[in-house]
Amino acid sequence: MLRCHFNYSYEKRVDSRTIYVGHRPCPDTEAFIPSKFCDNRIVSSKYTVWNFLPKNLFEQFRRIANFYFLIIFLVQVIVDTPTSPVTSGLPLFFVITVTAIKQGYEDCLRHKADNEVNKYLVTVLEDGRSVKKESEKIKVGDVVEVVEDETFPCDLILLQSSREDGTCFVTTASLDGESNHKTHYTVPDTEKDLQALTATIECEQPQPDLYKFVGRMHIYKPEQEPAVRSLGPENLLLKGATLKNTKKIYGVAVYTGMETKMALNYQGKSQKRSAVEKSINAFLLVYLCILISKAVVCTTLKYVWQSKEGQDEPWYNQKTQKEKDTNMYLKMFTDFLSFMVLFNFIIPVSMYVTVEMQKFLGSFFITWDKDFFDPEIQEGALVNTSDLNEELGQVEYVFTDKTGTLTQNNMEFIECCIDGFQYKHRDTWSEVDGFTVTDGPVNKLQQKAGQEKEELFLRALCLCHTVQVKEAGSEEVLTDQVDGIDEMRPQLEEERGFIASSPDEIALVKGAMKYGFTFLGLESKSMKIKNRENNIEEYKLLHVLNFDPVRRRMSVIVQTKSGETLLFCKGADSSIFPRVKPEEVDRIRMHVERNATEGYRTLCVAFKQLSAEEYAVADTGLREARLALQDREEKLIAVYNQVETGMSLIGATAVEDRLQEEAAETMEALQGAGMKVWVLTGDKMETAKSTCYACRLFQRGTELLELTLRTLEDERLKREEKLRELLQEYHRKAVQDAPPVKAGVTRSWSTANQDYGFIIDGATLSIVMNPQHEVDASQYKSLFLQICQNCTAVLCCRMAPLQKAQIVKMVKTSKGSPITLSIGDGANDVSMILEAHVGIGIKGKEGRQAVRNSDYAIPKLKHLKKLLLAHGHLYYVRIAHLVQYFFYKNLCFILPQFLYQFFCGYSQQPLYDAAYLTMYNICFTSMPILAYSLLEQHISIEILLDNATLYREIANNAMLRWRPFLYWTLLGIFQGLLFFFGVRFLFSNPALQDNGQVFGNWSYGTIVFTVLVFTVTLKLALDTRHWTWINHFVIWGSLAFYVFFSFFWGGIIWPFLKQQRLYFVFANMLSSVSAWLVIIILIILSLLPEILLVVLRKPRGPHSRQVYLSLPFPFWILPFYHIHPILCYSP
Amino acid sequence: MKNEGKSAQRPDNTAFTQQRLPAWQPILSAGIVIPGFLIIGLAFIGIGIGLFLTSQTIQVQEMDYTGVEKDSPCFRCTIPSNLNCTCEVTFSLSTLFTGPVFFYYGLSNYYQNFRRYGVSKDYNQLTGDTRYFKSRSPEEDCSPYSYDSNNNPIVPCGAIANSIFNDTFELYQIINGTKKQVPLDGRGISWWTDYNIKYRNPSPVNGSLAKAFDGTVKPINWPRPAYELDLTDPNNNGFLNQDFLVWMRRAALPQFRKLYRRITDGDYAAGLPAGNYSLTVHYNYPVLSFDGRKKVVFSNVSWMGGKNNFLGLAYLVVGSLCVVMSVVMLVVYAKFKFSDDDDA
Repeated sequence: MLRCHFNYSYEKRVDSRTIYVGHRPCPDTEAFIPSKFCDNRIVSSKYTVWNFLPKNLFEQFRRIANFYFLIIFLVQVIVDTPTSPVTSGLPLFFVITVTAIKQGYEDCLRHKADNEVNKYLVTVLEDGRSVKKESEKIKVGDVVEVVEDETFPCDLILLQSSREDGTCFVTTASLDGESNHKTHYTVPDTEKDLQALTATIECEQPQPDLYKFVGRMHIYKPEQEPAVRSLGPENLLLKGATLKNTKKIYGVAVYTGMETKMALNYQGKSQKRSAVEKSINAFLLVYLCILISKAVVCTTLKYVWQSKEGQDEPWYNQKTQKEKDTNMYLKMFTDFLSFMVLFNFIIPVSMYVTVEMQKFLGSFFITWDKDFFDPEIQEGALVNTSDLNEELGQVEYVFTDKTGTLTQNNMEFIECCIDGFQYKHRDTWSEVDGFTVTDGPVNKLQQKAGQEKEELFLRALCLCHTVQVKEAGSEEVLTDQVDGIDEMRPQLEEERGFIASSPDEIALVKGAMKYGFTFLGLESKSMKIKNRENNIEEYKLLHVLNFDPVRRRMSVIVQTKSGETLLFCKGADSSIFPRVKPEEVDRIRMHVERNATEGYRTLCVAFKQLSAEEYAVADTGLREARLALQDREEKLIAVYNQVETGMSLIGATAVEDRLQEEAAETMEALQGAGMKVWVLTGDKMETAKSTCYACRLFQRGTELLELTLRTLEDERLKREEKLRELLQEYHRKAVQDAPPVKAGVTRSWSTANQDYGFIIDGATLSIVMNPQHEVDASQYKSLFLQICQNCTAVLCCRMAPLQKAQIVKMVKTSKGSPITLSIGDGANDVSMILEAHVGIGIKGKEGRQAVRNSDYAIPKLKHLKKLLLAHGHLYYVRIAHLVQYFFYKNLCFILPQFLYQFFCGYSQQPLYDAAYLTMYNICFTSMPILAYSLLEQHISIEILLDNATLYREIANNAMLRWRPFLYWTLLGIFQGLLFFFGVRFLFSNPALQDNGQVFGNWSYGTIVFTVLVFTVTLKLALDTRHWTWINHFVIWGSLAFYVFFSFFWGGIIWPFLKQQRLYFVFANMLSSVSAWLVIIILIILSLLPEILLVVLRKPRGPHSRQVYLSLPFPFWILPFYHIHPILCYSP
Repeated sequence: MKNEGKSAQRPDNTAFTQQRLPAWQPILSAGIVIPGFLIIGLAFIGIGIGLFLTSQTIQVQEMDYTGVEKDSPCFRCTIPSNLNCTCEVTFSLSTLFTGPVFFYYGLSNYYQNFRRYGVSKDYNQLTGDTRYFKSRSPEEDCSPYSYDSNNNPIVPCGAIANSIFNDTFELYQIINGTKKQVPLDGRGISWWTDYNIKYRNPSPVNGSLAKAFDGTVKPINWPRPAYELDLTDPNNNGFLNQDFLVWMRRAALPQFRKLYRRITDGDYAAGLPAGNYSLTVHYNYPVLSFDGRKKVVFSNVSWMGGKNNFLGLAYLVVGSLCVVMSVVMLVVYAKFKFSDDDDA
């Protein structure tokens, strides 16, 4: 333990770097050692011209399927096998080449982008001169000049800005998507003359967190003690960000090239794999077993058969000397390999290509969907990964954020409460809580709470925030503003816009504005507000104690003109109440709680006057903590907590966050579709609960099971004991007493059942997750999970971001590993978005982190309904059918070839010609299924959207379970047997032409193959419920292509072929009436069971009838998965 | 204008991108399916009856002449030492065997579809390319039938050519104790494309086909070299020998028949009249070592080819199945219709 700790701190010490600004040695004792840092070249490309081929091939063959085909190919090259290496080499080559070209092209684009960045000319100060340099040549320690609207070429510490107050504005749109302007500060006390500046910067080694930076700057001045300044993220300009509203800045490079935070963030997130892919792999395993057992059966039978007299080596087919000399076991082994090669087509290489193409092309339909287009932000949906399309149709749990997701995050100041009196603002001032309602707001206000308190409160609102005033137009306007505020006022009122990281703050500042206190802006550390009398008040901003989700509050320390030092603090009630006097709390608590139940976001405002001594202590504490290189965060929080004590509560605010459009309808649809919706929010319980009611997640009849700190308070019992008691009680209620839920049967639909809603808060959750006694952990968890699974909706409030991810993970790994979906819009949702199977980002107001980290991004919550119910459902059905069909068509392709071995002395004689073997999957049967898997709508989108219950029919991977798989496999076997033996009986007399001539083995194979191609294509046609012209084109087109190709292939003596096996075989076949007749009857007979099932299927369940009842001939209209009535749904 | 510029990111509103392409939704309604099945069923039954009746009219005379049983006429020829053995198989026809009559030989338990056997030939030789008479491409395909013991190249090389069926037959009608030979026509028994396009003889040297084969030896089992396969007809020699071509088209299954001759000429153009016949077999081809059987088949053909009851029966069965199913469906549908009405 001790050693560990030692190592850790040791590494930390080494892991800081020292930078000499402008490469000037320092007059300090330490010697000037220019250390080596990497250059400023950004390399996002994966390959170079030289290593592309080996590296790309290596990466491609790491995929198990490609490797399998490579092995098959090598076996074909080495061992004497029935088919030439071309048959498997060509498709493999095709797949590898296409992938390589795609990746090569992508890499080419990356190279181009890299070059654009790396060759960009930047200005560097060198020995007092400005030198133009290519960006990639910047070294750590260079002083770089950046002008307005340029992006920073590397991570810079801001030394000088053209703005007088030593600030500059940047946008980090390309880094995290936040388009607001962020203020960054120069290091205080740096020289105006950069040439004279001698300084070193000590900072941590590069790390990817965009919002963290710890450093220290030593400034050396002649004949003075070196000054030390702390550096934080506010001094660091990140590569990739853009300079705004500032003419030019100078900065010193601290991180360059691949060590910049942007480059460190390039590392992609981990790949998510869909459940369908897992099913594919399972099926693949089955088919691999089939393949191996086929080869084993054939090899064994071959040697059994050969042991009979005269069979092994008849006089007409003697072996060569070499064959006779070969070791018997080696022969057996090569025979086994040969059979493997002969049957290897059962595992289709083309399936991977088709699945990937389907996913890639299919995802365009999401981006193209105009229903997802939001005219407000002028954007549609965004697909970050196409791998999970079908997962959208499999979601069982939806985890949603509240703020910005269920609600609009469009804050509106509703009311405030000052010293226990409520003030409501709706266009006109009216006071509700009191005894009189008047229209004269100002006067009444004074009567209510006393002007002093009221103004203090409003000042607090105006001062305690980090809002910036958006500069309208040029800088002159801003400078004018201070002097001539009165003249400017009317238009300023119009144009004033605020920028803040949280919309609450803007709402509060705007709220204060309505009450007459206007925030004018922050300039050179002084905040200006205009009070009711239109006088400008000026406050010196001493410290900002930043907001963070753990403390859930923020404070400012300001100094008034008169020299008073004041601390204003605002934050969540739970974090403020313990820090103020209890008697003040009592007056305000009622308002806060009532506001919360109405669904408003409440904040409490407190203040405290700091004496000079108190301030001095706080000031040194804060400065020290800010300078700390290690554990700065912890130290800061400790100081913050120390300062923010003994305050007095002055009031509370209520801000309304309106529900998203169609939030309730969407939630209702999701629940109707059988998804369980969990709301995970950092907000208060009351607020969140009211939102849940508003979204109809909780209904009137829903019995709420509450597991919060409040319900845990019990005089008799300790918290944990109470928790156990409650958990058991709820478990009894929700799980044991509830009637057993039948699979697929509605829960929320039937009114007879009692609905339960579950509420838990973060603190209780952490007890559940980490109880004092380890032994209880699994018990609590399973109880908790069982209760939750039996509730229609679960609300988790007061959650830290990490806890959100914990919950998702817990559900994800619970029994049956259900598919989870997380939807959120803010940075605090990123962890749960990344954790869930499918992460959805909302292009909301809280920046773009969620969108960046999501798999799919949509502009509004309401789009989730269509994304899941229509797109997800269709994608799932399409890909499931694609996968099953692929396995099926290859089974009935290879089965006749396997059966033929019994009739050719197990000699590995292929039934089909090599061209057919190769082309079957590539050309003859690939396009129809691809078109199907892109276009199929077995149920139209409107019906899917109107009937959320349809979503349940594909729940639990219904179409890719073992029973449908078995059905398809049996179908493949049935058809394969039919093809082979049908033709076999026909060939009992091979004289099939009216001229008495006989057909040979290639005719046999061609007849089987023709039946095969037609049957599998027509089977797909039978499954197609949605025939667009594309479907018609590819289905009939590929049949025509097959016929055309066969004529062509058999019509010419191909000079490159060793044997002209198929010469005129196809044409001769077509000249035989018997061949025609057998082809027709075999096709019909193979499809007969399918048609029969389609027709005879009875409607099942109440809802499926509900859907079809309105249509003519209700039960004949069948989505194709109903074809397999019993098989699709397992209990 | 302004609006358009702003909506640059707006997705295209086309039928394709919105997944609203006009589509035909096939509805397998009872109104279509039941009559459809009925029609298909009836049509199949019709075809089936036609096929079956046609198949019934085809006459077949099939005789095994392997000589396994001691009392069979060819028994003595099965002794390996008995070279150039001839035996006689007699049969009688009670009615006219309508012509044209096709004369097949059949082999069983003979694997022409062995993989190694199947590739054991050199296609380049068989197109008359003399460059491949002495070398092979690929070298190992023909072995061990590539060179003889003196390392002379064999043409045509390979197992298929070497194992050509070499029993010959003469057919006699016995009229009042005298034998009248039935003329057998050996032309037109192989595929037209094989004879005319796929296989080619080497161009004769100095007008002699034999000279083109200089420096090569005949396959080991052959009595005469390729250019002397048919001593009676000079146009039926080399690779363009009809029997050779028939043999080279490998059979699909281990039990097969191949066309030997047609009876189309002279008095027998209309068929074989009723009466007694005698088939003289020049018994050369050994099959007992691998438990094989040999037979001859006389058959006439129809538009559907040779006799095959399978196809007709299959059509009859599937046709009746369709009819039965349409009836079942009608019943089920009627029942459902009623219960639906009850519900409503």
